[in-house]
Amino acid sequence: MNLHTESEPQLTANMQVAESQENVILLDNVGVRYRIASEQVGTFKEYLIRRFQGQIKLGDFWALRHINLSISKGEVLGLIGPNGAGKSTMLKLIARVMRPTSGRVLVKGMVAPLIEFGAGFHPDLTGRENIFLNGALLGFTNDEMQEKFDRIVEFAELWEFIDVPVRNYSSGMAARLGFAVATDIDPDILILDEILSVGDESFQRKSLARMKGFRHLGATIILVSHNAETILEMCQRVVWLEHGQIKMIGASKEVVEAYQASQEPTHEPTQ
Amino acid sequence: MDKATQVPIYDSDRQGSAATEEFWAILKYRYLIVQFVRRDILTRYKRSALGVAWTMLNPLGTMLILTLVFSRAFGGSQEGYAAYVLSGLIAWNFFAQSTNAATLHLVWGGSLLKKIYIPRTSFAISATGTGLINLLLSLVPLLIVMVIIQVPIRWTMIFLPIPILFLAMFTLGIGLIVSTMAIYYADIAEMFQITLTAWFYLTPIIWSPEILPELYGLWITRLNPMFYLVELFRVPIIYGQVPDVRLLLISGGIAVFTLFSGWMFFTSKSDEFAYRV
Repeated sequence: MNLHTESEPQLTANMQVAESQENVILLDNVGVRYRIASEQVGTFKEYLIRRFQGQIKLGDFWALRHINLSISKGEVLGLIGPNGAGKSTMLKLIARVMRPTSGRVLVKGMVAPLIEFGAGFHPDLTGRENIFLNGALLGFTNDEMQEKFDRIVEFAELWEFIDVPVRNYSSGMAARLGFAVATDIDPDILILDEILSVGDESFQRKSLARMKGFRHLGATIILVSHNAETILEMCQRVVWLEHGQIKMIGASKEVVEAYQASQEPTHEPTQ
Repeated sequence: MDKATQVPIYDSDRQGSAATEEFWAILKYRYLIVQFVRRDILTRYKRSALGVAWTMLNPLGTMLILTLVFSRAFGGSQEGYAAYVLSGLIAWNFFAQSTNAATLHLVWGGSLLKKIYIPRTSFAISATGTGLINLLLSLVPLLIVMVIIQVPIRWTMIFLPIPILFLAMFTLGIGLIVSTMAIYYADIAEMFQITLTAWFYLTPIIWSPEILPELYGLWITRLNPMFYLVELFRVPIIYGQVPDVRLLLISGGIAVFTLFSGWMFFTSKSDEFAYRV
């Protein structure tokens, strides 16, 4: 799966194929409203007191509004925008973590959310036990995990430590294991939220190759990154979100350049 | 890995009510429940030298102390006070520990809930599942104590699954309600602890209902759902009787009502969890 040497012309070819194919993700006039108390009420006692005094006012905040977007099969779509623009909310909608307040979300295929590896690891359990636990969190059965097990350990290069509690792993080892579990899949849709920097350099190369492998298998990929280079390298089309709305959508280069231009005065893009 | 045969389609317009969606999702994710329970059992015993024995020794120790201190005060007239206390403790511990764990797990799982889809009730359900295993384990010391203090072990024990089922339904319902509130308010977990302590003393665990003054004693028991559930738990073991229809109906009603309310409340709020935790 050594695919990271792929050249530009192939990318354009991919894009043409993608255009002729069906939509796998459709966001139709989607809005997400958060209902948030005007003042942060952290405790129940405070809530009761303020309720009694009639001080609770609920405010509406639209994290996303009037979003129309269709993503076709095999497309690699980038998502950019400042913090709080609604990028994560959009990923949550597609990953089924949240439902839209208005509009319709249609997702065809299995979604693999590759966000923060090893989030479900328990430090007292061994690597082996954690693989099964993490697999279950991703919706796999015991049998499916049995079948994957050897490949996962092989990829993470952790055979020697597989029966050691994860608390004794270095953070790099834990991240490698998390990455290996999360990516030993055959997803239709892949969601990547700033995760291309796991482990040491050689492992990073390995993981990037795996990402590109998914693309070649025809997976649709949605990538959120603050790194313009990554976006330009991986994506064909980019969506620029600002204040919960789509500010611009189009070919990667144009959108990234326009976005960077808008960020100029501050010199350093937020975060 | 044949994709062509089965492409799952998610359409936010075609989703049923949150409550029924959640039910089907749990069936699909049952393996996750098994893994959660396994994790809880494994991690609890990995760190302690006594291992599984601890589950049995813990209520036994409490029972010993309570028996020594209170047998004269509350149950002097009662034969087999030790078994009476122990059976009550087992039922109570199951309720208190599982509802607590449901809250802790949901708050712990918050970071996961923001990122991947898992059925949200899986935390409370697996907490109740872990509690059930502990309950079954602690029946062993109960039987031993009964043999030692010569409380006859009767065939009516076979009715035990019914009170355990009702107790588990009630526990899950309360667990769902309290954990939902704990997501919104940080002090709920703490307040629930205090409530549990008061509730423990208001439920006939260490005392028997006969010692209550007639005037308000009736109300303490009548309005307390745990009174019926603990009583139903004791009937087939300690009293060696077949539970009567009235007690079965009341307990069953409480169990179904609590679980239903908890489920509806939890699922009506659970879509907000992703940005609340």
